[in-house]
Amino acid sequence: MSEPVVTARGLTKRYGEAVVVDSLDFDIVKGETFGLLGPNGAGKTTTILMMLGLTEVSAGTVKVAGYDPVRRPLEVKRRVGYLPDLVGFYDHMTAVENLTYTARLMGFARNVREVRIADALARVRLSDVAHRAVATFSRGMRQRLGLAELIMKHAEVAILDEPTSGLDPQSTHEFVDMIGELKREGVTVLITSHLLDQVQRLCDRVALFHGGRILTMGTVPELARQVLGAGFVVDVEAAAAPGKELAPRLGAIAGVTTVQQTGEATYRLTADHDVRAEAARAVVAAEGALTRLSVDNPSLDAIYTRFFEKQTMTDREIRDAA
Amino acid sequence: MRREGSPWQGVGTVLLKELADHFDSVRMLLLALLMVLAAAVPLYSAIEQLKTTTSEDPFLLLKLFNPGGQTLSVVAILGFVIPVMAIGFGFDAINGEHNRRTLSRILAQPIYRDALLAGKFLAGLIVLAVNLICLWLLVVGLGVLQLGVPPSGDEFTRSLVFLIIAIAYAGAWLGMAMLFSVLFRSPATAALLALGVWLFMTLLWPMISPFIAVLISPPDIRYQLLGILDPQTAVWQQALSRISPYLLFEEAVRTILTPTTPSLGPLLDQIRQLRGEVVGAALPLRESLLIAWPQAVGLIAGAIVLFVATYVAFQRQEVRA
Repeated sequence: MSEPVVTARGLTKRYGEAVVVDSLDFDIVKGETFGLLGPNGAGKTTTILMMLGLTEVSAGTVKVAGYDPVRRPLEVKRRVGYLPDLVGFYDHMTAVENLTYTARLMGFARNVREVRIADALARVRLSDVAHRAVATFSRGMRQRLGLAELIMKHAEVAILDEPTSGLDPQSTHEFVDMIGELKREGVTVLITSHLLDQVQRLCDRVALFHGGRILTMGTVPELARQVLGAGFVVDVEAAAAPGKELAPRLGAIAGVTTVQQTGEATYRLTADHDVRAEAARAVVAAEGALTRLSVDNPSLDAIYTRFFEKQTMTDREIRDAA
Repeated sequence: MRREGSPWQGVGTVLLKELADHFDSVRMLLLALLMVLAAAVPLYSAIEQLKTTTSEDPFLLLKLFNPGGQTLSVVAILGFVIPVMAIGFGFDAINGEHNRRTLSRILAQPIYRDALLAGKFLAGLIVLAVNLICLWLLVVGLGVLQLGVPPSGDEFTRSLVFLIIAIAYAGAWLGMAMLFSVLFRSPATAALLALGVWLFMTLLWPMISPFIAVLISPPDIRYQLLGILDPQTAVWQQALSRISPYLLFEEAVRTILTPTTPSLGPLLDQIRQLRGEVVGAALPLRESLLIAWPQAVGLIAGAIVLFVATYVAFQRQEVRA
């Protein structure tokens, strides 16, 4: 394990009585891509703003790139690139002018600035429109321009807040590829997103965030085992022979935790390993007609949905109990 | 706890960018046109009036700015137009960044919030100053051309002092406009409220304040019978009227630009008469400056106080959109 780039210990943010972020503990290791997932209003953006020193920390500590953003915000902001959700630019200025402005704020000398801006725009494929006013840019182009800013900054840590929200599938795809490039260069990336398959593709580790707390954290397979209880979902489509029930037979297979009859002749098994072969054998043994057999790898989508379903259920139970 | 780094880092960059924006903008063009057109009418009538009395008047240049009497003067027009311009340049300073969603991106760069605010304020002030200097040059130039009399050193200095007071006045209104731009997320609300304060201060307050003065300190019946103002009431009247930056500006400028009839308020005029001084004799520049000093300082202090209030409000504000 290499050294952590971001460390949060008991990080808390209160607005009056309301606790928006409730004593977070997490580490992000150098070069890692970390996903922060959770419903809107879970406190993700507030956490990010605290990491940048843009909002006060109520309690606890956070360290980014070795500096405390509360005491040394400039050092932190020099090393961290931030792409806010729905990033904005000055519409009347061109792409290059916009980047020049931020490059100046970063304090780059003119020659460094010009080279880095040209390079960054080429990386996000905006070189052709470098001298067009940003007003004419599409949502996707703006988002890429925001990424160009991080590339130009040579940020050690890139914080991307909902980077692909509001993008069409094509732009999303391109954008995810670009983030992948950043990752390959060794930049530590923190992403918040709702687009779970993108996160799954990019992230080494994921934290599920709800009500200001990290409820669970780990790699996607780890989470699947934790949340779904099993990593594999096998769909079986088979017509049972008359007088013979398939469900109990499928349930008897070793490793299967639940069997759910989802249709007249469809069953969904959850299991701790791939049980397709055993399922096929069971169907054939019962003289059933097997028509389809498929397995789902644990998807973050399923984990997420399942997790927050459970969460709202427990919330309701707590409320009912009270 | 000391913070590291200079709060000024980035001010220059913000200042240059804002200046470029202002000078490119249609807003600047319109506001400058408004000022020139508004000033043209009184200037023209002042020139026409002065042409007949050129030889008799020792303060021709100053008369151009403020002919005295009932005629509308360049100064009175400026008293109205400067706030409108200042509000025009300041009302969307911060909330505009919020709404364009550029604020969090800019503040994620290695600068403090101070830099953004100070840069924007200075840029607004410089733009206003440039406008006012242009107008000032226009008036002086037209005066020399049309009247054919070069201004004396004393007149020139007085008109320069007037220019500085006008810039301070602009700064106070700019500070207020920017305060509203921090307090209200919608630029329209900020602009409307700023214009509301402007109307109240320039039109309503001069009418209301004497009544409030009478309420606070009812005049003695003996003074009323003599038909003169109770000094106590007069003091209150003056103090209250000076809450309005418009009246401060007016008072200061009148003192500087009209050396011959320095109206020092009813109270001081009475005292001077009692002391046997001739009201209406020209005051030397030094005396005029001394009299205008508190008002001028008041305007500068007002600008600073409003800027500080803006600063405090902005430091505490949440960045998130």
